[in-house]
Amino acid sequence: MTNEEAPLAPYRVLDLTTELGWLCGKILAELGADVVKVEPPGGEAGRGSPAWTAYNVGKRGITLDLTSSRGQERLRRLAEEADFLIESFPPGHLEALGLGWTALHRRNPRLIMTSITPYGQRGPLAQALASDLELMAASGAAWLAGDPDRPPVRISLPQAACWASAHAAAGTLIAHHHRQLTGQGQHVDVSAQASLLPALVHAPMFWQMLGQVPRRAGPMLVGRNVHGAALRNVWRCRDGYVTCALYGGAAGRRSNRALAEWMAERGMAPDSLREIDWERFSAVTADPAEIERIQAAIGAFLLTLSKREFAEEAIRRRILGYPVATVADIAADEQLAAREVWQELGGLRHPSGYARFDGQPARPARPAPGPGEHDDQLLAEGIPA
Amino acid sequence: MTRAALADLKVVEFGAFAAGPHVGKHLADHGAEVIHVESRTRLDGFRTNYPPFARGRPDPEAAGMFAMTHNDKLGVTLNLKIEAGLELARRLVARADVVIENFTPGTLAELGLGYDRCAADNPGLVMLSTCNQGQTGPHAHQPGFGTHLTALSGFIHLTGWPDRDPSLLWGPYIDYIAVAYGVVAILAALDRRRRTGHGCHIDLSQYETGLQFMAPALLDYFATGRVMGRAGNRDPSAVPHGIFPCLGEERWVALSVHDDAEWDRLRQALDDPEWARDPDLATAAGRRAREDEIERRLGEWTSRRSREEVVRRLRAAGVHVAPVNDMADLEAEPQLALRRAWRPVHHPVIGTYQAVGPSYLLSETPAEIGRPAPLLGQHNREVFCGLLGLSEEEYMRKEREGAFE
Repeated sequence: MTNEEAPLAPYRVLDLTTELGWLCGKILAELGADVVKVEPPGGEAGRGSPAWTAYNVGKRGITLDLTSSRGQERLRRLAEEADFLIESFPPGHLEALGLGWTALHRRNPRLIMTSITPYGQRGPLAQALASDLELMAASGAAWLAGDPDRPPVRISLPQAACWASAHAAAGTLIAHHHRQLTGQGQHVDVSAQASLLPALVHAPMFWQMLGQVPRRAGPMLVGRNVHGAALRNVWRCRDGYVTCALYGGAAGRRSNRALAEWMAERGMAPDSLREIDWERFSAVTADPAEIERIQAAIGAFLLTLSKREFAEEAIRRRILGYPVATVADIAADEQLAAREVWQELGGLRHPSGYARFDGQPARPARPAPGPGEHDDQLLAEGIPA
Repeated sequence: MTRAALADLKVVEFGAFAAGPHVGKHLADHGAEVIHVESRTRLDGFRTNYPPFARGRPDPEAAGMFAMTHNDKLGVTLNLKIEAGLELARRLVARADVVIENFTPGTLAELGLGYDRCAADNPGLVMLSTCNQGQTGPHAHQPGFGTHLTALSGFIHLTGWPDRDPSLLWGPYIDYIAVAYGVVAILAALDRRRRTGHGCHIDLSQYETGLQFMAPALLDYFATGRVMGRAGNRDPSAVPHGIFPCLGEERWVALSVHDDAEWDRLRQALDDPEWARDPDLATAAGRRAREDEIERRLGEWTSRRSREEVVRRLRAAGVHVAPVNDMADLEAEPQLALRRAWRPVHHPVIGTYQAVGPSYLLSETPAEIGRPAPLLGQHNREVFCGLLGLSEEEYMRKEREGAFE
């Protein structure tokens, strides 16, 4: 979409975030906001890492020394004319520089300032150190993942900053909606720990409603069979893994039958499998011993397939399942190519355009900035110096 | 009383499970009027197929998953496959600012509620269509659950141990990524509508939102050809970086060391044991070379202490540390309690349960969460007579025609 048509085209965002909030600025930038990244002279820590590059596209960049009174005054003047300011310093850091919410809000009552921190602005953990691992642990997300005979695990690619940033963007735009109707700015206090609670899905409800504490079960899905049988969801195949399962429900019955028919065609359906009435079978109520027999046969069958073979036939036969994709599989996915998801920016390929607005994808308009790349440009536009 | 941030918004939801309806929950939490449309002819899978149920007995009115997805909404039942029901749905859409739907692509249009048809009556309408892989493309119509889409998007391959099969995440992880992006997309589209008067149709691919959270690994692959694998709890820069057992059953602590000074602080907090004084371990490269040994030693130390003691000592020393909270810990966790991350609501069948509050706290217009998820058709009269203005006679006729099934 052209810049004027972009949903957030009229607005300027001052982006003071560290790694915890980089993605928040990117989300606003790809919706058309003018996101100005403010870095210390020489550029911030973490510059050039894959995460830095991925989450700083679409922004312009200026440098400011916030430890000097001149830099602080310039930021205050920038904030007077900005619509949003997003930051992810430890609580109290900006206040100590005279740049906290109270000071900035006094000079710009319409400002929306969003602060992203590990645990929030106040409370017993406000100053506690936490990286991705500690946030996955403190939020309960790690508790639910991993093999039962080893420690809980995080996802190997850091996720907490992504959740915090995406929720920060949502909270920022909710505050914006209110501001556009009333003129009232506000401070949005985002906790990365709390932003991960949706990733627990319904696990907290087992504790609240039944007093049960769900446990990690590796590749098995638990809590879906009334007799407590574990349903395998990750299966080895010839060149990696695929994901599918025995199901209950109408769509599940169709999928179960289609998989059994495919196995029979390949001569890999034992008699016990061929005798099952798939109209009546439900993984929700089936006997655990029967589930174990069926799963043994499915496991032997899937081992004969490649990820690609499984993916193609699953689509053709309407089996509910996908490959367990690696980044290489994702890069080769024909669906993503057809949707023109890959965008070249600054000589690098980015996944882009998660949503289309009347067919126009939300995408960043520029590569990540060099340190102070737009200092002169902003001055020329009359942005306070 | 302050105005709720989204008090002016009218939202109608068609769909089931999480990916559509949880978007509406974020809006309802901040005061939007959200009408969730369902049907008795095909119940939401969250009402029927997902434990837990209150008291452990399957019951569509006692389902935990449905309860946590629909607080503070109005619930109506409509049979969209008959004209009487469809007509009421059209009237709901005609007065709405936002429609959220997560059917498989094309389903809503086949029912006669596609965007073009709805926008003809209501040009300012913003419709969010959220589905697995987007409305277009060769795989648009491939069915699938969020648990499996999480694997297609790369997360499962990156969860677990390098010498073991990948581990699942808990349920449809990716659905909730798409939910956050869905909230953002709707609010951005509404902002443009304020300027232009025009609504729009948002085609959101859950798969593609997941790739936003995978972007660093994808960029690294395109730049270097490296295919990232799962690494247990290890990290490419911090070392040590892991989860260790404490005293008691299934008590764990996460800790990590991000530079050499932090290693010194950790060493002091361990009471400076002989093994840790080895100068080889003073640098990240030295610690990396002996990571197995360090993890074993740390595990020996933590396993003789309570989780609380380990956390207290390392936090006091300025080391990155946190307990691995389980679901019972979370309910009592003081930081989350201070932020009112759990909001008690009273449900007539389930009893009191804790709805999840937003992770973003707005200083002037805080979220107000107070009403439980609706029972089937609980607000039919309130919505169709109160908001649409049906007379009692019209309502009874619609009921006889089966509109509310």
